[in-house]
Amino acid sequence: MTSQRGSTLGRYGVHIAVLFFVIIWTIPTLGILVSSLRDKDQIIVSGWWTALSSSSQTEAGRLPAGAEAVARDGKFVLEGALFEEGDKRSISAFGITSRAPTEFDAGTIADVGDGETLQLNEDGSFIATYPQASDDKRGRRIYFSAELPPRFTTENYESVLFSEGIGRSFINSLTVTIPATIIPIMIAAFAAYALAWMRFPGRALLIAVIIGLLVVPLQMTLIPLLKLYNGVGAFFGVPSKTYLGIWLAHTGFGLPFAIYLLRSYMAGLPRELMESARIDGASDFEIFMKIVLPLSFPVLASFAIFQFLWVWNDLLVAMVFLGSGSQQLVLTGKLNALLGSRGGDWEILTASAFVTIIVPLIVFFSLQRYFVRGLLAGSVKGG
Amino acid sequence: MAAQLFSAVFVIIVGVGGCVAYFWGANKLVDLVFPARGVTGAAAIDSLRRQGLVRPWLFIGPALLILSVYLIYPVVETVRLSFLDRSGDAFVGLANYSWAFGDREFRISILNNLLWLAVVPATCTFLGLVIAVLTDKIWWGTLAKSLIFLPLAISFVGASVIWKFIYEYRGEGQTQIGILNAIVTGLGGDPQVWISIPFWNNFFLMAILIWIQTGFAMVILSSALRGIPEETLEAAVIDGANPFQIFWKIMIPQIRGTIAVVWTTITILVLKVFDIVLTMTNGQWNSQVLANLMFDWMFRGGGDFGRGATIAIIIMIAVLPIMVWNIRQANRETGGH
Repeated sequence: MTSQRGSTLGRYGVHIAVLFFVIIWTIPTLGILVSSLRDKDQIIVSGWWTALSSSSQTEAGRLPAGAEAVARDGKFVLEGALFEEGDKRSISAFGITSRAPTEFDAGTIADVGDGETLQLNEDGSFIATYPQASDDKRGRRIYFSAELPPRFTTENYESVLFSEGIGRSFINSLTVTIPATIIPIMIAAFAAYALAWMRFPGRALLIAVIIGLLVVPLQMTLIPLLKLYNGVGAFFGVPSKTYLGIWLAHTGFGLPFAIYLLRSYMAGLPRELMESARIDGASDFEIFMKIVLPLSFPVLASFAIFQFLWVWNDLLVAMVFLGSGSQQLVLTGKLNALLGSRGGDWEILTASAFVTIIVPLIVFFSLQRYFVRGLLAGSVKGG
Repeated sequence: MAAQLFSAVFVIIVGVGGCVAYFWGANKLVDLVFPARGVTGAAAIDSLRRQGLVRPWLFIGPALLILSVYLIYPVVETVRLSFLDRSGDAFVGLANYSWAFGDREFRISILNNLLWLAVVPATCTFLGLVIAVLTDKIWWGTLAKSLIFLPLAISFVGASVIWKFIYEYRGEGQTQIGILNAIVTGLGGDPQVWISIPFWNNFFLMAILIWIQTGFAMVILSSALRGIPEETLEAAVIDGANPFQIFWKIMIPQIRGTIAVVWTTITILVLKVFDIVLTMTNGQWNSQVLANLMFDWMFRGGGDFGRGATIAIIIMIAVLPIMVWNIRQANRETGGH
């Protein structure tokens, strides 16, 4: 496909162009992954792309009262440490006014006026001297620029999983997703076989209806179904928002695509196979179970991945049919709630976001081959 | 939590087992009622004929039942509700429709939706095509494709969090932790509150969907490109066509059908998109779209089913031409079978 004009420059151009796209497409996810592993104080003071370098932050502090200074060599000296034991910050510069918070380098002896001096070292220890006994009850206010070494931690994950309720939502999501993936596959597989290989009146019409249903906007079904659920719930005296309800809803919404996908695959299986089995006296049920189902494994797998991702990532259906109480919230709903209530707490949001996308990413990467095959089977047909 | 896990496992077994029991049991029943084995001659043929009449409906029965309840009935009911008042009791004729077109927020939504429809499918298809062509030429193309394909696995809400972080704004002079503002201030500009700039915020929301969907377009177009016969490309090279001529005059015409499919699929998605707007702005700062507006009216002030249904119908009407086109395509494809 390379023409004679595909020069060296042109070939490098392709690499650079692809690299450009890959970087643009990767940066967003990388950003939250890195941030979710950072110390929560660091997330807010520096960009995640600087996570590997120290971040510096200008802070204010106060020395102990000048009256505590002790006489030594004709002066009064005050010694101590600004940071507590174990603090990893290091000071690069300090100052005594908020207008010049980094006037002096760390470790230098600064003349702060009236014969007083102040020395603030990198580790936070300080020595202040006074020419005569001070009766200052409030210590001197000082400013300093502290460097914080990079720190990576799993604390954010621990806190979202165990105290923010993400763990609970995780289980809810699994409870919704697994049956909502398996049930439609079974129902769709039988229907697809019937539509592909059994003769009965109205078959062509049914196929057209199912393809038509493929593009019904989901939003449209919500109000009637909500009313129906409320009616059924009231009639039997049960809550209207149940797991059974959401499984069936996801089954209903996934069926047109499942039947469409499986039918076009099954219709492509060799006719001779079915006919020889039929001549041997196999019933449709046996042909389906023993021949069609095993042969359809790849497309069943690809639909399973589709439906799994779709249900796991769904927000709308879960919000409407499962409710928004903290007991029922699925991961997407929980994340949406956190966006509202913890808007600026990026350590919570990034870790939660990563928890919600980790399962689909694992499924996606381990089964990517089938997923792509399903995409191709479902979309290129008809083109 | 343990109780929930247990009940989940229990219900999975019951639900899946129920499905198996139905299909297996129903077939056994048909075999019992119309015995085809152990009988001979006309009786056997008669039994087989009867089985052939009943069995297809056993196979598609559950699917039809669920489709009727979850898709067909709601469509009909929504049409009915759109002519009723907020509680669904009194007939109000076309009042909801005339309300919709007189409502300022509705008009904004329509305009925004048109903007989304104009930008998102075209951008995704174009970028998908460019990346598919480029990655086919290099040895690490598969890896590159996987990385660009990856956002497709991420939920819209997850993607919204990811992009909110990109658009994060801090006051002037502060350290910007959102990468977009960091770049802007790094280049000497002023930080912006991206998602609340009217009109332009639409594009910042669209970027999220484009980020998610380009991988989809890329995968499908890439497989279509592989299907182009080598001879046509070679012939073009021999005739002295340059890469751009080959791309526009030889490759594009041959995959036109696939481009159309990708375009329509993303168009349908755009019309239904709701989560991104809900989580990013909830329609504030003139970024409302129809699907979110409808959701809004379903629950606003206890819910107005009439107006919500009306907006749903309008979305449906917008999708209708695509639906007809889809059925035509499928009929052409299955015509011979």
